[in-house]
Amino acid sequence: MTDAMRAETITITGHGGDRIEAYLARPLDGGPRGGVVVIHHMPGYDAATKEIVRRFAAEGLSALCPNLYSREAPGADPDDAAATVRAAGGVPDERLVGDVAGAAEHLKSLDNANGKIGVIGYCSGGRQTFLAACSLTVDAAVDCYGAFVVNEPPPGRPIKMHPLLHLAPQLSAPLLGLFGAEDQYPSPEETKALAAELDRLGKQYEFHTYDGAGHAFFAVDRPSYRPEAAVDGWRRILDFFRTHLS
Amino acid sequence: MCTYLTEAIPVDGSGKGARGWFEARKAIVYVDHPVHAPYGHTVNIDVLNPELGPSARVALELTEETALALADAIQQAIRSAPAGIASRTAVTQA
Repeated sequence: MTDAMRAETITITGHGGDRIEAYLARPLDGGPRGGVVVIHHMPGYDAATKEIVRRFAAEGLSALCPNLYSREAPGADPDDAAATVRAAGGVPDERLVGDVAGAAEHLKSLDNANGKIGVIGYCSGGRQTFLAACSLTVDAAVDCYGAFVVNEPPPGRPIKMHPLLHLAPQLSAPLLGLFGAEDQYPSPEETKALAAELDRLGKQYEFHTYDGAGHAFFAVDRPSYRPEAAVDGWRRILDFFRTHLS
Repeated sequence: MCTYLTEAIPVDGSGKGARGWFEARKAIVYVDHPVHAPYGHTVNIDVLNPELGPSARVALELTEETALALADAIQQAIRSAPAGIASRTAVTQA
C-alpha cells in the first residue's frame, strides 16, 4: 500500500477526434480504481480545478479534467481562455459531451482502471455534468450548483445555454446534487423542480442545499467559500463515488 | 454560473497586455465572478485583439462603484481637454 500519485498534463482525444489538453491525476498503488471526469467551471481549466483533480487521486480515484477551452485558446492563461470562450458564446453542448466521452474512455484505458466512471462539475460544469450523465452511460454524477438545467437563462446573456430537463428520462446514473440556499443560479426553486421531475421518473438522486451558502461555496480561493458546506460536501462526494465507483 | 449581459464594442487604440503592447480592436464589459478581485461579482472589462489570440487582452475587475467612477473619470478627462484632440480624426490630421 502506498499513497504515491502522479499528476500531469496529457493529451486526449475529445469530440470529433480533436486532440485536447487534459489534466490527469492517478494513484500509483495498482488499483483497481474508479475514474472521475472533472468538468471545470466557467473561469476555466485553472489551478483550483487541478487541485480538485489531485484531491480525487489522493482519495484513491483516478481523475481527469479535459480543458474545454483547448480549441479556442491553446496554451493561453486560464482567465484569457475563459474570456475568449465567454465572448464566443460558451462551449457547445454537443462538443462538451464528446470531450467528456473522450475523457471517460481515457480513464477506462488506464492500467489500474476498474471500468467505473463518475462525472463531477462545478458552476457551468454542474449543468454540463447533468448533460453528460443524460447523454452518456456513466456510473455516478455530481452536480455542484449547476444552473439552467430546469430554467431558461435570463434574456441577454451572452452564453448560449438551454434547459436540459427534457433529457432527464435518459439520466444514466445516480445523481448527487450540492447547492447553496442563497444561490440564485440555480435557485432552490430550480433544484426543487429538478428533484420533482427525478421523483416522477423514479431516478436515483440525492440533493443537499446548504444554508448560509451561495454559488461556488467549494471555491477555496474566492470569498464565496463556505467551509462548513464545502467540508460536508466533499465528504458526501467521496462517499458517493466510493459507493458507486467501487 | 453568473455571467450577465455582455456589452461588446469595437475600439481603436492600443493596450498593454502580458506580452506587451498590441493594437486594441474590441472591448467587452460584463458582470461576472472575478478571477482575482476579492469579491463575489465585479464589473469586468476586457480590451482585446481577437486576431492576435486570447493573450492579447487587458483585463480589469472593478467593483461597480469604482467602475462607474472610472466611467465618470473618462468623461471628465475628455471634457477637460480641447474638444476632439484625442479623436481618431485629430490623430489622422496631426
